[in-house]
Amino acid sequence: MSKQQQYHGSGWKNLVMAAVSQKPSTDFLTGDWKTFMPVADFEKCVTCLTCVMLCPEGAARLDSNTGKVYFDLNFCKGCGICAAECPTKAIVMQIPEKDKAEE
Amino acid sequence: MTTTQNEQSNRKNSSLKLELSKPAMPKVEPYKQTAKDIALKPDLFLSGHRACAGCGPATVLRLVTKALRGPTIVTQATGCMEIVCSIYPYTSWGLPWLHTAFENVAANASGIEAAVKALGKKGKIKQEHIDVIAIAGDGGTYDIGLQALSGAIERGHDFLFILYDNEGYMNTGIQRSGGTPMGASTTTTPAGKVLPGKMEKKKPLTEIILAHDIEYVATATPYYWKDMMSKVQKGLEVEGSAFLHIFAPCPRGWRTDPSRSMSYSKLSVETCVFPIWEAVNGKRVLSIPSKMYALAPQKKKPVIDYLEGQGRFRHLFKPENKHVIDQIQQATDNHWQKLLKQCETTIR
Amino acid sequence: MAQIGKEETLIKQELLALNGDEAVALAAKQSDVDVVAAYPITPQTIIVEKFSEYVANGEVQTEFVCTESEHSAISASLAASVTGARVFTASASAGLALMHEILFVTSGSRAPVVMAIANRALSAPINIHGDQSDSMAERDSGWLHIYVENAQEAYDSIIQAFKIAEDPTISLPIMVCLDGFTISHTLENVNVLLDEIVKQFIGERVLPMIINHEGKTVPFKLDPDNPMTMGPNVSPVFYFEFKRQQEEAMKNALKKIQEVNTQFATLTGRSYGDGLVDTYKLDDAELAVIVVGSTTGTLKVLIDELRSEGIKVGLLRLRTFRPFPVEQLQKNLKHIKALAVMDKSMSFGSLGGPVFTEVRNALFDIKEHPFIINYIFGLGGRDSNPLGLRKVFEDLQQIAKTGQVDTVVHYLGLKE
Repeated sequence: MSKQQQYHGSGWKNLVMAAVSQKPSTDFLTGDWKTFMPVADFEKCVTCLTCVMLCPEGAARLDSNTGKVYFDLNFCKGCGICAAECPTKAIVMQIPEKDKAEE
Repeated sequence: MTTTQNEQSNRKNSSLKLELSKPAMPKVEPYKQTAKDIALKPDLFLSGHRACAGCGPATVLRLVTKALRGPTIVTQATGCMEIVCSIYPYTSWGLPWLHTAFENVAANASGIEAAVKALGKKGKIKQEHIDVIAIAGDGGTYDIGLQALSGAIERGHDFLFILYDNEGYMNTGIQRSGGTPMGASTTTTPAGKVLPGKMEKKKPLTEIILAHDIEYVATATPYYWKDMMSKVQKGLEVEGSAFLHIFAPCPRGWRTDPSRSMSYSKLSVETCVFPIWEAVNGKRVLSIPSKMYALAPQKKKPVIDYLEGQGRFRHLFKPENKHVIDQIQQATDNHWQKLLKQCETTIR
Repeated sequence: MAQIGKEETLIKQELLALNGDEAVALAAKQSDVDVVAAYPITPQTIIVEKFSEYVANGEVQTEFVCTESEHSAISASLAASVTGARVFTASASAGLALMHEILFVTSGSRAPVVMAIANRALSAPINIHGDQSDSMAERDSGWLHIYVENAQEAYDSIIQAFKIAEDPTISLPIMVCLDGFTISHTLENVNVLLDEIVKQFIGERVLPMIINHEGKTVPFKLDPDNPMTMGPNVSPVFYFEFKRQQEEAMKNALKKIQEVNTQFATLTGRSYGDGLVDTYKLDDAELAVIVVGSTTGTLKVLIDELRSEGIKVGLLRLRTFRPFPVEQLQKNLKHIKALAVMDKSMSFGSLGGPVFTEVRNALFDIKEHPFIINYIFGLGGRDSNPLGLRKVFEDLQQIAKTGQVDTVVHYLGLKE
């Protein structure tokens, strides 16, 4: 039984009072909403962090180890704000390879 | 501390405001964190929320939570952002968060602030200070929430009210609000054969708030994120009510390409449709991105650049509606000229 | 009011002359409330004014928020309560009606706010006088409802209300209703407890422990150390379950109200029946009347008169209206031949007033239930005197004699 099903199955006696939320939304992946995914060209990226700031999903992130920007595709909804606002045009929006294969 | 001293200090801290002259605004250092610091700071508005792709307000809320200075309680009015971040059993809030209804978020903030004060006095909470933030959309601020907001800031509760203005009731399916601009087509002001969208002007909300004579009022938009975040921080520094009006594009309601949300945020400033400024103790100053157009008016873009590509204004580009665009340009210019005077900006 | 406990074991009390509103304000003050958020409305004003005086004189540490409307008063109260504060507010009539939406949010959010209602008629036409239309209209709002008989009970019930509402197994808001003017503005002798005793009796607020989204078991409050999301958007998959939980809390309150009534009696010598219902000469009665609020006193006088005339009449006062004490009614009324239910409000288009429909519903399951009739009376402050109320018992006698009910719903004191 998935966690989702467990919740749906909970009777009133087992639910926490007053509908206090039980899960962080990071458990709810929104990555499958997207059609296009961002791909960064690190030759062009100057790590200005515009994409990190402006991403509505918090899916564009800075990796503290590599110092490079990456996209968490589990949450990226493919809006393309990062690509549109990138001052060095280092991000392009592409159809993911696996989706291409399905076509 | 003796009992008498205690009583005295309690009296000082109580909501009894007897001071005749206002204390000067506490000096706030400009936002000191580097972009890298901010980027590495974990989001307290979590990923996995259900906002539409390209949601402007989602970016706003993410950045607001990255601008906090310490323990904070958030209360939010009913609206699209309240829904998308709290779909049970999930929550996108890494902060204590309360939603009760649409029209009363400022009253909720009053209650939270009063409770924190009272419990603090009695030593029943650990934290020395807790910031209180109220968040509402334009419906919950311009329209149904205005009374509670006016009451709360008149009483001077120590909280920051953040308005994310996407210019309509987007949650219920894009109906007009007092914040919807003239000419916009919404589902209750549809562009028809006779009417070219909303006929009324956007309510001058920030003027109403400023008239309450509160210490800090500012406008911002997320494209200029550094400016916006520093305004959040300044609003929190104020000991009393502060108000931040954030202009936040909504791709669904504005019928724009999701990738262009931040472009419209930027264009709203470049065309002076939504100039950004701050007022400390009533003294208004243009913020740098808008100030540029005061100093170099020739760089100011025509409103048509902003209207173009927005589905809600599409009908204005029909020949019979062209005059509405002229009216919008005229109204924008008038508003801008008035603002320049209010901001005492000298253009040499 | 029965006397329980021996005089010498009771704690020291002071006899003051107070009206109902003043008694309520004093009780709230002694209950060590953290936040009062309120807006003035006749006939509740004295409560708010009195509390403002306490604040102005530094007699309380309470944060007093004098809001711009009742809607904001209850919103602020709710928010303060879920921040962990002990909260008191008061309202009446139009003010309570303006709160309507947030009353449901308060109970659904499980915020144990205590609210005094100085009962008053609802507009239109506008009328500032006492009837119970205002609080009866909120009977399904998920609040506990206690109706008091006099200023003393108003004082006692406010103190009890905190103990009941804040119990972690209940955690529901509570209304303590006192008839406007008849109780709110009438000076009475009120036995008052010492501040310390009240504080001890209620104790510190104990918060329910719940699991938050981080999987931690933490106190139920807005706390930056333990973030909690309150008031989320709940789908049809879960909503029903939370409503059922509220019903369970109501059931828990049935027990708690009785328990607190007994504890209070041990301390002060004062009790109000079993806390749920209070009876007067009911045990051997053949005819009985059910009443809510201050009319009880008048009816008691009348019952004494009728008893002296040899008529076996008794009274049941419904002190707790929510949760509705079904069992207590069945137990106390099963031997009654004819029963009159007094309603100080109307439920337009319904067969009788709200108290009547509830009582008839509760007694339906008794095999040989009494004849039950309804009297709507006292609307908009219309006087109800012993002479007028006599009609009720005359009707009951007639019904008992003939076994026939001609009219179910009567309008008492109405000019035809």
